[in-house]
Amino acid sequence: MTTVTTANESATPQEHEHHGPEKGIKRWLYTTNHKDIGSLYLWFAFIMFLTGGAMAMVIRAELFQPGLQIVEPHFFNQMTTVHGLIMVFGAVMPAFTGLANWMIPMMIGAPDMALPRMNNLSFWILPFAFAILLASLFVEGGGPAFGWTFYAPLSTTYSGDSTALFVFSVHIMGISSIMGAINVIVTIWNMRAPGMTWMKMPLFVWTWFITAFLLIAVMPVLAGAVTMVLTDKFFGTSFFDAAGGGDPVMFQHIFWFFGHPEVYIMILPAFGIISTIVPTFSRKKLFGYASMVYATASIALLSFVVWAHHMFTTGMPVYAELFFMYCTMLISVPTGVKVFNWVATMWKGAISYEVPMMFSVAFIILFTFGGFSGLMLAITPVDFQYHDTYFVVAHFHYVLVTGAIFSLIAATYYWLPKWTGVMYDIGLAKAHFWCSLISVNVLFFPMHFVGLAGMPRRIPDYSVQFADWNQIISLGGFAFGLSQFIFLALLIKACRKQGEPVDAKVWDGAEGLEWEVESPAPYHTFTKPPKID
Amino acid sequence: MAEHDSSQYYVPAQSPWPIVGAVALFMIAVGAGNLVAHLSRTGEPGWGRYVLIAGIVTILAMMFGWFRDQIKESRAGLHNEQLGVSYRQGMSWFIFSEVMFFAAFFGALFYARMISVPWLGGAGNNEMTNVVLWPQFEAIWPLVTTPDGTQTQAMGYMGLPLINTIILLLSSITIHFAHVGLEQNKRKQLFWMLFVTVLLGCVFLFLQVEEYIHAYQDLGLKLDSGVYGNTFYLLTGFHGMHVTLGTLFLIVMLFRIRAGHFTVDNHFAFQSSVWYWHFVDVVWLCLFVFVYVL
Ligand code: HEM
Ligand SMILES: [Cu+2]
Repeated sequence: MTTVTTANESATPQEHEHHGPEKGIKRWLYTTNHKDIGSLYLWFAFIMFLTGGAMAMVIRAELFQPGLQIVEPHFFNQMTTVHGLIMVFGAVMPAFTGLANWMIPMMIGAPDMALPRMNNLSFWILPFAFAILLASLFVEGGGPAFGWTFYAPLSTTYSGDSTALFVFSVHIMGISSIMGAINVIVTIWNMRAPGMTWMKMPLFVWTWFITAFLLIAVMPVLAGAVTMVLTDKFFGTSFFDAAGGGDPVMFQHIFWFFGHPEVYIMILPAFGIISTIVPTFSRKKLFGYASMVYATASIALLSFVVWAHHMFTTGMPVYAELFFMYCTMLISVPTGVKVFNWVATMWKGAISYEVPMMFSVAFIILFTFGGFSGLMLAITPVDFQYHDTYFVVAHFHYVLVTGAIFSLIAATYYWLPKWTGVMYDIGLAKAHFWCSLISVNVLFFPMHFVGLAGMPRRIPDYSVQFADWNQIISLGGFAFGLSQFIFLALLIKACRKQGEPVDAKVWDGAEGLEWEVESPAPYHTFTKPPKID
Repeated sequence: MAEHDSSQYYVPAQSPWPIVGAVALFMIAVGAGNLVAHLSRTGEPGWGRYVLIAGIVTILAMMFGWFRDQIKESRAGLHNEQLGVSYRQGMSWFIFSEVMFFAAFFGALFYARMISVPWLGGAGNNEMTNVVLWPQFEAIWPLVTTPDGTQTQAMGYMGLPLINTIILLLSSITIHFAHVGLEQNKRKQLFWMLFVTVLLGCVFLFLQVEEYIHAYQDLGLKLDSGVYGNTFYLLTGFHGMHVTLGTLFLIVMLFRIRAGHFTVDNHFAFQSSVWYWHFVDVVWLCLFVFVYVL
């Protein structure tokens, strides 16, 4: 990115009062302010993260020993299902949307998001959607228990009455994501300050732009998939039933046509975050800005033609297996470009390891590791062995927890001082980092071993040969869960403004418009377009 | 929010309507969830229907209030050009998302026709599928006999479907002339062309209902008649829902034109209703080709 200077034209004090936030609960219910809505998204995501985490603790407690110990198998299945749904749709996606809300208008010199009232709507329907999903755990027959991928016929023939609630809650989540994505894409397209040309945009903005496109393209397909599940289950259709001419495998095609772009939806903004943080603390410009943009775009496009790598074992024709195998391997080329660029940015840089940088470096190493296990899974013949084992679980937790979640944590540590105006408790932050880093590897690394040895995923019991590693995994899991309370404590302290006040430019190597406005960022950032050269 | 000046940014003020909409959606989801489950279990609608209806009423009220505020602000000259562009882009992306929603169902149709039905009939290396599961099953499309023996009849494209196609094509032309009328400030042409479009929309819907009755009563083509009936009803059904919404949208536009709204360079709502109508039309053309003709 080129350097950006701005005549900082934040509101004058009088104007400030005039436009200031309303008092009380109305501020949050009626708000059209991108910063308020960003904060709502972020807190909601964090609460969901803890909720989904609690379910993971139930899973790991049950798997601490072989045999059925604590919960019923049916309840275990509900836990794995709802854990996945909450983490994907309730934690990771809303957290990224929250960051987009907070940062994109500030980064491109806009006064707010393009469609502020719709912005409010897209947030406020989310808590309701998750209230329905969580409530469905308590209806007769239990909540959804078919896995977050809700494969037919598990979700049609063999599911309970709560499936209807599940379907409608997913519809609401989808509406929320689509509205959020439309807002992001229009904001970026239409609200950039004069002079903020496409190729001057910060990478976080670029990656979100492409993510928003993916969201608008695939969330409706998810809506279609759940609708077909609904009619198959309740209205006698047979989309996914061979007896009526349909095919359960068709479900998987439709689902993964959504599902694979979805995993990139959860990682592209993370790439943007890392591409922002690494140059700051390496005190160098990002290596290969343009190649980063092109890599992001090609990942997004390719992500539409790799979906069936989740279905190698379903008996597709060989040419289809080959096509999807090669496309999947191809997609790791642009991903590799990114990793290369981050490392090249650090190369010979004046690096300092502030907390956001610690998480970013951990991201680069551990995400890449997840990419490697992904490559292994992409090889069709070996996937026949790995599929539906803990190896897959290890893969996607490396890319999602040490990838997406670590990037979210890094982003929080990077921009939190800008949001609150005070530096957070660095001691706690470092403790959070080391506890998380160690425990997350104790938690997920051994899953590769038990997976390769054949331990199936989503089963509450296992053969005794896996007992040792599972005990270690569970201990890692509990430690990782507990570590997040350090984060919670830190966040509460920072939001209560306990800490040293910070300047506008919190990090000396940071670039971008967001560092030109004071800290904490005023309620309304730009009333006039800032000047950019 | 004082008078605006185009070098300034404009940010809409707070509004209570979004949260009303959120509550409405919540009621719709809970109501529909309960209704569907209750219906399939007991054959009777439970309390869910009341919640569902309340939710729909609330969401209509929300839309009414939200748009009323919006129109007031727009006519008071509060909105600037940038906001107009944002609205247009937002509407375009919304239509794109709708396209993808239909794409899912078209995808299901193509998959059934090209893959699952032929495979069940033994195509490719699936001979054993056919022999072991349903040896008497023959793969033909339209699928009038499913593997488990459900019988139905196919819906041809002559008659009602063809008439409906012509009607929708005509309506796309009339709405185009309405738009031209607005741009040339010929208010009469605008109103009457739009009026004709609404009429054509209503006739389309009426004939669509007739077609469903014909399908159910004469052809035995039902929602649960196997994957042919499934794709037929979900595609035409969702399309019909969109025509209904589009027609309502156009009726609102009629009233606003009567009230003297819209000018040559400020008519976002009208323009998006036109886009929406063209979109509905294009979907129908795909439907006509892939569901009826081929
Ligand atoms: C180098 C890039 C990647 C490759 C080659 C790759 C490949 C694969 C393959 C082949 C599978 C299917 C394994 C099986 O079920 O047998 C898989 C599963 C999965 N991947 Fe990746 N992947 C990559 C990156 C990512 C990223 C970046 C994410 C998310 C941020 C991700 C998330 C997932 C998830 C969630 C699953 C499991 C879904 C499920 O069955 O529940 N992957 N990956
Ligand atoms: Cu994938």
